[in-house]
Amino acid sequence: MDRTEILHLSAVELGRAIRAGKTTAVEAMEAVLAQIEKTDELYNCYVTVARDKALAKAKEVQLKIDTGELTGPLAGVPVAIKDNMCTEGLLTTCSSKILENFVPTFSAEAVLRLEKAGAVVIGKTNMDEFAMGSTTETSAYGVTKNPRNPEHVPGGSSGGSAAAVAAEECYFALGSDTGGSIRQPASYCGVVGMKPTYGTVSRYGLIAYGSSLDQIGPLTKTVEDCAVVLEAISSHDKKDSTSVERKDTDFSSALVKDVKGMRIGIPRDYFGEGLDSEVRDKVLAAAELLRSNGAVVEEFDLSLVEYAIPTYYTIAAAEASSNLERFDGIKYGYRAKDAEGLHQMYKKTRSRGFGPEVKRRIMLGSFVLSSGYYDAYYLKALRVKAMIKKAFDDAFAKYDCILGPVAPTTAPELGKSLADPIKMYLGDIYTISVNLAGLPGISVPCGTDSKGLPIGLQLIGDCFREKKLIQTAYTYEQCAKEGK
Amino acid sequence: MAKEYETVIGLEVHVELATKTKIFCGCSTAFGGRPNSHTCPVCTGMPGSLPVLNKKVLEHAVAVGLATNCEITRYCKFDRKNYFYPDNPQNYQISQLYLPICRNGYVEIETKEGSKKVGIHEIHMEEDAGKLIHDEWEDCTLVDYNRSGVPLIEIVSEPDMRSAEEVIAYLEKLRLIIQYLGASDCKLQEGSMRADVNLSVRPVGEKEFGTRTEMKNLNSFRSIAAAIEGEKNRQIDLLESGEAVIQETRRWDDAKETSYAMRSKEDAQDYRYFPDPDLVPVSISEEFLEEIKSRQPEFRTEKMKRYKEEFDIPDYDIDIITGTKHMADIFEETVALGAQPKKVSNWLMGETLRILKEKELDPEDVRFSPEHLAKLIALTESKAINSTVAKEVFEVMFEEDVDPEKYVEEKGLKTVSDEGALRKTVEEVIAANPQSVEDYRGGKEKAIGFLVGQTMKAMKGKADPASVNQILKELL
Repeated sequence: MDRTEILHLSAVELGRAIRAGKTTAVEAMEAVLAQIEKTDELYNCYVTVARDKALAKAKEVQLKIDTGELTGPLAGVPVAIKDNMCTEGLLTTCSSKILENFVPTFSAEAVLRLEKAGAVVIGKTNMDEFAMGSTTETSAYGVTKNPRNPEHVPGGSSGGSAAAVAAEECYFALGSDTGGSIRQPASYCGVVGMKPTYGTVSRYGLIAYGSSLDQIGPLTKTVEDCAVVLEAISSHDKKDSTSVERKDTDFSSALVKDVKGMRIGIPRDYFGEGLDSEVRDKVLAAAELLRSNGAVVEEFDLSLVEYAIPTYYTIAAAEASSNLERFDGIKYGYRAKDAEGLHQMYKKTRSRGFGPEVKRRIMLGSFVLSSGYYDAYYLKALRVKAMIKKAFDDAFAKYDCILGPVAPTTAPELGKSLADPIKMYLGDIYTISVNLAGLPGISVPCGTDSKGLPIGLQLIGDCFREKKLIQTAYTYEQCAKEGK
Repeated sequence: MAKEYETVIGLEVHVELATKTKIFCGCSTAFGGRPNSHTCPVCTGMPGSLPVLNKKVLEHAVAVGLATNCEITRYCKFDRKNYFYPDNPQNYQISQLYLPICRNGYVEIETKEGSKKVGIHEIHMEEDAGKLIHDEWEDCTLVDYNRSGVPLIEIVSEPDMRSAEEVIAYLEKLRLIIQYLGASDCKLQEGSMRADVNLSVRPVGEKEFGTRTEMKNLNSFRSIAAAIEGEKNRQIDLLESGEAVIQETRRWDDAKETSYAMRSKEDAQDYRYFPDPDLVPVSISEEFLEEIKSRQPEFRTEKMKRYKEEFDIPDYDIDIITGTKHMADIFEETVALGAQPKKVSNWLMGETLRILKEKELDPEDVRFSPEHLAKLIALTESKAINSTVAKEVFEVMFEEDVDPEKYVEEKGLKTVSDEGALRKTVEEVIAANPQSVEDYRGGKEKAIGFLVGQTMKAMKGKADPASVNQILKELL
């Protein structure tokens, strides 16, 4: 197979080709590295490309495939890791200056699971600093551009991961999703992205943003890849107390093209003011396609949608303000050299080490936790969070999944978002309640707008019902491909 | 005439729990390792690491709660206490504020006026911090995270104590309960038990509490008593001269026997407590609670009662022996091996306490085994060795825990039981000391003592004095 042919394969197809001897893990890695060489100067998907390590590892893995030691679907497949997941011996920055020199001594559990399955890490992808942002423009290492149109952002915060998949600079990537950070960039870049049920993938080694909301998930070219990768990274991890023990993680068994009788609810609240009409039309057309293939589709009122954004920014910022305290210049990372005394060292290190969006959220979070405001903001947010979960519980008593858009618009132009953070926050409206309720959600491409920018269809499931999402998403993907 | 004042005292007591591993990771809690040798990504706050609760910590905390008559919180949570300091690697300490594990308990103490209940407001679990080491030579500060993540419980009392005596009685009581549980060795000097004193004064008869101060850095009962006395007088002096007591944290200086202000309430930090999202809430099941209850040991009061019924030993001995779990354990195990309780008690109350005092050791430092004490008692009972030899052997046993049977054998310390040999020596002594023989025969009973002594000397101590006495009387 020639390089272009190899590059166009999905992760599962590549794994199959390697096992069949049509290509090798090394050839695949070389193809990806050549692609990075060719296009990454423009897109800037990666913070770090571990070229030599990746090639050496690919050779090692190929040997194990040859000897029959590695037989799984991801053996030999190159993967990109979002730069907020620890990778042993490989720079991990969270796209922040404060971790400009941080090399972890251990790897995140999700990364270890992939390595065990034979996937080979290419490098670390760019992101919004500490996963705070929706455009990958808050990175300390430059903006990432959308491969579908480099004048536009790739979304965020897992923008580097989504863009790397879209640009064929990897076969699949891991991202993390705290308020939509996998699904939204997947939607903007025209790839598949999934946030699993909270607790499905171990958070051990994921540098925390909002601990109660963070979840690692796959960004892939196809729904099939998504199911296979999720199956590989799901695990009950004793090192993470929030990790859930579940037996139904054979997600690839749900790759069935059939939605007959599938009950799909469309929340009217997701189609109101602020939604771009082109996005609306494509999403509703997708719903129509599922209906015509046997799904039972109906509209309903979800309620409480307008409270999701303030609730999310209160909880996530509160947790972040505490999670980011450890970056103080004492133990690792950037330290201001010209400081006199401890207090000044803290102050200068953190003032220079963090970017403006991170500082904004640390201040917001510190405020809502401070004495006298804790009850009024943080506790109230927790109560609203519980109410939002209840609204979803009621919906899932009637529906197998909920269908809607991922984001109100397609990818904005570069440089248009950060000036108005409130407007940027409002862009998360359809994704964040999924995190607040701990639910699984998937973004599947459902066409493009008139400028050719991708649009994503979001399917939301009840806790632990990823299989229904995968089955519905897979059916949609296949039907759309066949044009019926 | 000056007003009469009443002192109101509440305590915050930190106890380091005797677990093998830390509260949120698998690192060793052993004391004295090379700096940062007992550390991992979790207890050094590395990015991406996550805490997981050590169940042993929960077991100890619940056991202490039950023993101090607390309500056990069936759904408890951990909270983050946020503050920046280099010994605190995450810059937040995982503690409990909103739903601590134990609440509303009490312990009973004995006071001059009789027995009294001291209320326990709450007991919560938390992690210890690391240690800063200031290197004067290099002019820098280094941090050692070996202690970071060592499990602690903090026992917060109600303001129920009125004097230093009551405070000491309360601390002694807590220490005894916790030692009996095996939850901690509770050594103030080594920091495994630390007490902060909250103290205020008010005119006798006044219902409202006065303004309180918190005293830190108290590491012995002596300094606690001195600090209470000093702080009480300082506050009374302030009030008497028309000044106000300022709510503040003060640090006790043991060398100068005085305290100075560390920070006032105005500088108090806002710790921004909130539930730690990395740790799931702890639900205590009925089974877990029953399990801990069934494992509770016999505490001192019950033990004293039982000793009185079972063993014929003086109340004073019972008081001392049950004063530490370790002594009581040695006593009971030695008795279980067949030794007579009174004899065991004599060895503990006599020689053991004497050597402990001489060497300035605590009863917990006793290292000889009950087996060896039982053997030593058996050796004296069978008259295989005499009491002088027994004391010599005991001293060696105290130091090195030697097996007294083997030791006596090896050193040839056994009493000469060969009557012929003994009789021969006695005859020689009689022949060599005609004056004493004369005296004795003349009615000086005391003279026989000298002759016994001479015989013992000739036998190098390896004779039974009673037998010597008997033979002497026979021959004279």
